[in-house]
Amino acid sequence: MTPPATPPSAQAADPSAVLRADGVTLAHGQAIAVDTIRLAPPPGRLTAVVGPNGCGKSTLLAGLSRLHRPAGGTVLLDGRDLARLPAREAARRIGLLPQSAQAPDGLTVADLVRFGRQPHQGLLRQWSPQDQQAVDRALTATGMTALAGRLLETLSGGQRQRAWIALTVAQETAVLLLDEPTSALDLGHQLEVFELLRELAAAGRTVVVVVHDLMLACRYADHLVAMKAGRMVAEGAPREVVTPELIRRLYGVEAGVLRDPDTDRPLVVPRGLAP
Amino acid sequence: MLVGNHERSITSGAAPPAAAPTDRLPARRMAAGVAVPVALLALTGAASLLIGSGEVGPVRSWREVPGGARDPEAAFAVWHLRGPRTLVAMVVGAALGTAGAALQAVARNPLAEPGLLGVSAGASTGVVLVIALGGSAATLGPYAAVLGALLGCLAAVGAARLRGVGDDPLRLVLAGAALSGLLGSLTSVLLLVDNRTADEVRFWTVGGVAGRDLGALADVAPALLLGAVLLLLVARPLSAMALGEPAAAGLGHRPRRARLTAVVAVALLVGGATAVAGPIGFVGLVVPFAARALVGPDLRRVLVPSLLLGPVVVVAADVVSRLLVRPYEMPLGVVTALIGAPVLVVVARARRVPAL
Repeated sequence: MTPPATPPSAQAADPSAVLRADGVTLAHGQAIAVDTIRLAPPPGRLTAVVGPNGCGKSTLLAGLSRLHRPAGGTVLLDGRDLARLPAREAARRIGLLPQSAQAPDGLTVADLVRFGRQPHQGLLRQWSPQDQQAVDRALTATGMTALAGRLLETLSGGQRQRAWIALTVAQETAVLLLDEPTSALDLGHQLEVFELLRELAAAGRTVVVVVHDLMLACRYADHLVAMKAGRMVAEGAPREVVTPELIRRLYGVEAGVLRDPDTDRPLVVPRGLAP
Repeated sequence: MLVGNHERSITSGAAPPAAAPTDRLPARRMAAGVAVPVALLALTGAASLLIGSGEVGPVRSWREVPGGARDPEAAFAVWHLRGPRTLVAMVVGAALGTAGAALQAVARNPLAEPGLLGVSAGASTGVVLVIALGGSAATLGPYAAVLGALLGCLAAVGAARLRGVGDDPLRLVLAGAALSGLLGSLTSVLLLVDNRTADEVRFWTVGGVAGRDLGALADVAPALLLGAVLLLLVARPLSAMALGEPAAAGLGHRPRRARLTAVVAVALLVGGATAVAGPIGFVGLVVPFAARALVGPDLRRVLVPSLLLGPVVVVAADVVSRLLVRPYEMPLGVVTALIGAPVLVVVARARRVPAL
């Protein structure tokens, strides 16, 4: 259950922050969605949260991002209680791409990415050269520079999703949380997004992504968190935790778990519903 | 550009990339978004000083513009009748234009207009109630108008958040029409019951700026200024809420607080404007619509041309109101409806109401 060792911090482009859920319980009214979860996504790694529909994985992400206040336990950012951190300060350190992200018509990619600088602005601190540099860097990092002037509604799904990720990159946070960023995308665009997320993690960020697709999680995650009914049932490197037993427990599916000869990562082959 | 060129990504991100060529585009659009409205404002302002429904025509008026009062009748018309009313129309237009832009951002609905959603009706009903109860419209009017506008605004924003109403721009307008109708009939009842105040009350059913002077403006200046300041404070969070509330919260904003602040700002602006000029509809629909066409959807940018185009629309409508039925005047609220209603029909008939 211990997270893998963190990579050498010298690699980190940003000061890496440590995000930790300490026995966090999240509830929607009386219904408990996330039950006393302990989680410390490793910095510099891509952490994927998987589980069946309604298992609480999106709620967990909302809890980690301060959107959902814990009913019990605490989320700690570098040892400080996230719930007591001022909203803007938290937003300078944790970037969030919600599932319901939607942009008004007529917005360009650059317009969208500029929103990422809002946590760094204030009443007296308006748009600055640093903000522009951060936006340019985010566009470069996401391969969106050439599309910066394009209207969002004219882009492909994958490009649009990269534009949204560029917004969170421009936020220049050490932690990046994404809720199902690939749910509406085809295979090519899914890989496009995950390649990008892996790079962002490799630059020293703590990247946590809620993902529906177990195959994608196995292929790209350094660290896998499996949830069922609000509880964490497994955590660790995909090749260690992904087993036929886990698949049966999570989804009620009989599956074979093979090894990809090229990457040595697990390949899940569904064979049928579990009896 | 698909996956690839990963070599020159994040880790090499420290190297400043060449100045993004696309960045000049917003600046140029913004310049147009200021220049065009300013030119229109100068034109309509001049027209408002020169054109009247009475006997003093543009040529006689023009000779009096430098001052000197060689023609006392013309000087009086230009500087004592048309001057103040032009200024009142400009202030009212600025308030309604920016309030419309803000209300549309809060409701995330391009058809959310203070007049259509019952905010203006709330304001005028507030004033009429004060009159009917024997109060003085001059001293209590602004407060009653702001309070009425606040109630109308809360009802509108509350309705916008209801499932089934908020997701459909047109249904919200229907809900607003119902509220406006209700408040309008309340005003009519008061008008019928109390003959004594009928004349005073009639003004609050259709707005206008004729005969409004700077004193009336001074009465509502605090409300308008406070509304403007609140709107400035809330512009950034409100602009981020166009990306959805979770995204806005992720950017460090507090959506609920922003929404409440914006509602109060809209109430102050619409209440203040209505206390001076009565209910004037459609300005808050037409103006942000044109402003978005000029500068794009970001509220922080939309507010600038809205502030300038609001006066253009109200002053222009006021000039038209003097010409339609000379030597009488058409009520200003009727003229803005004549301009605005077709715009509403066009927007509503568009294949898809633009998402905000």
